[in-house]
Amino acid sequence: MAINEETVKHVAGLAKLEIDEESLKTFTNEIVQMVEMVEQLEELDTDGVEGSYHGHPQINVWRQDKAEKGTDREELFKNVETQKNGFVEVPDMFDKGGSDA
Amino acid sequence: MNLEPVIGLEVHVELKTDSKMFSPSPAHFGAEPNTNTNVIDWGHPGVLPVVNKRAIEFGMKAALTLNCGIANDTKFDRKNYFYPDNPKAYQISQFDKPIGYDGWIEIDVKGEKKRIRIERVHLEEDAGKNTHGDDGSSYVDLNRQGTPLIEIVSEADMRSPEEAQAYLDTIKQLIQFTGISDVKMQEGSMRCDANLSLRPVGQEAFGTKTELKNLNSFNNVRKGLEHEIKRQEKILNAGGAIQQETRRFDETTGETILMRVKEGSSDYRYFPEPDIPNLEISNEWIDEIRASLPEMPEARQKRYVEDYQLPEYDAVVLTATVEMSDFFQETVEYGADPKQASNWLMGEVSAYMNSEHMELNETALTPKALAEMINLIADGTISSKIAKKVFKELITKGSADVKALVEDKGWVQLSDPAKLLPIITEILDQNEQSIEDYKNGKDRALGFLVGNVMKQTRGKANPGVVNKILKQEMDKR
Repeated sequence: MAINEETVKHVAGLAKLEIDEESLKTFTNEIVQMVEMVEQLEELDTDGVEGSYHGHPQINVWRQDKAEKGTDREELFKNVETQKNGFVEVPDMFDKGGSDA
Repeated sequence: MNLEPVIGLEVHVELKTDSKMFSPSPAHFGAEPNTNTNVIDWGHPGVLPVVNKRAIEFGMKAALTLNCGIANDTKFDRKNYFYPDNPKAYQISQFDKPIGYDGWIEIDVKGEKKRIRIERVHLEEDAGKNTHGDDGSSYVDLNRQGTPLIEIVSEADMRSPEEAQAYLDTIKQLIQFTGISDVKMQEGSMRCDANLSLRPVGQEAFGTKTELKNLNSFNNVRKGLEHEIKRQEKILNAGGAIQQETRRFDETTGETILMRVKEGSSDYRYFPEPDIPNLEISNEWIDEIRASLPEMPEARQKRYVEDYQLPEYDAVVLTATVEMSDFFQETVEYGADPKQASNWLMGEVSAYMNSEHMELNETALTPKALAEMINLIADGTISSKIAKKVFKELITKGSADVKALVEDKGWVQLSDPAKLLPIITEILDQNEQSIEDYKNGKDRALGFLVGNVMKQTRGKANPGVVNKILKQEMDKR
């Protein structure tokens, strides 16, 4: 996979990161090296090896549907910079993209 | 150019579990903002999301109901995006191994049946809710964050806004019968996005599509699609090209507005969720869930027509919602004549629900009371005229014993000839002219006299008996 400065800019944008020109060069070099390192795995012959999605062999770990009281709001809000009437206050985001849930 | 719309829908349905998809905080509405959340919902470092087993079962119920296959091996994935309604900066969803796949439902547009394929049904978590202030700020309530959702993705099989609406109606009806969700668009427990493209009639390949969001009611789905079809037609007919983008339906203008140029799926950087081990769903478990599903609308309709001799129209109306269908069933089990039960439910009961904007379970009417009332009409204890009064009482206040109620209120129909005769004699004495008219063949005279008896007895007289005695008495004179 070819990594260039455009790819790095794009990925930084997705991660909401601002990077200056100098860092862009450094990151691009470093990421190129990382990807090359990972690509070495492609040398392995994996014919007939079944793929896997998880590093752990456990399956079906779940809980019963039993509700427990939420964490105290005052505690949770210790990490909230701005709040109003029990809501987390954030800069206006109408029409500036959105959740896909 | 003669263009044909190609429509696919993505429907999100909120599951009615007690706790959230991956955390034990309550999944209920109406609480104070940010009180039904915990550190897992907030994505604090070191927390471990654990799957809610009931949500998996609900997902299986939905998938089976929509004729999907169930994946024996399934898993969760992270979908990464930044937005204040989701503090984890990723949504746990399902990417390449959804729980349900390759389903279909049958829709009916003006009597024409069509099969719409369903690509997939997958499980995921909902995001929080944003309120947009006019003060330059938005306000975030994370109570909804983590609520279990299923997303139902159709194939692009619909060719008109009417078909899209019929598809949604059918999805809503089927899911509602399973009991896994309230499926109310106005409350957000059912939400819909649409993908729309146009292509020249006869062309196989799809055109470039746009995605429509904020279609928050059945009407807006239709209106949004209609507007977007016109917008795309205009561009294409002028020789332009459609840009792949996400557009928002604006309820006030009835137009669609550009939200953003669509990201590719790779921009979400999906990867397998490392916190949640894979799921294995055995065929035994699938069979168990299949067996637990209630009888679906189509099967009920068939039974109503065959066992109860109801017209097909009645059967379809009665099975529009599971509440109505269950209510009808119970009324019949309490001994009411099925056609009478159907008439009351489709007539007076539905009219009352519409005028009062109430759901059936919000009224005071019970299947037992409705059955008792229908039987009191059938055995002549009350007249159908008085029945309207009884019905009003039952649907507004309710009654555990309708027979006692009508006796208490003095609503029992007067059918005893010995009691009716003196009243009739008096009325005949006062209306010599009507007797004359009747004898001269004027049928209206008889109606007038019956009306007078009914008035005299305040509607309690049995009209059939009154008719008979009146004729007998007039013949004697």
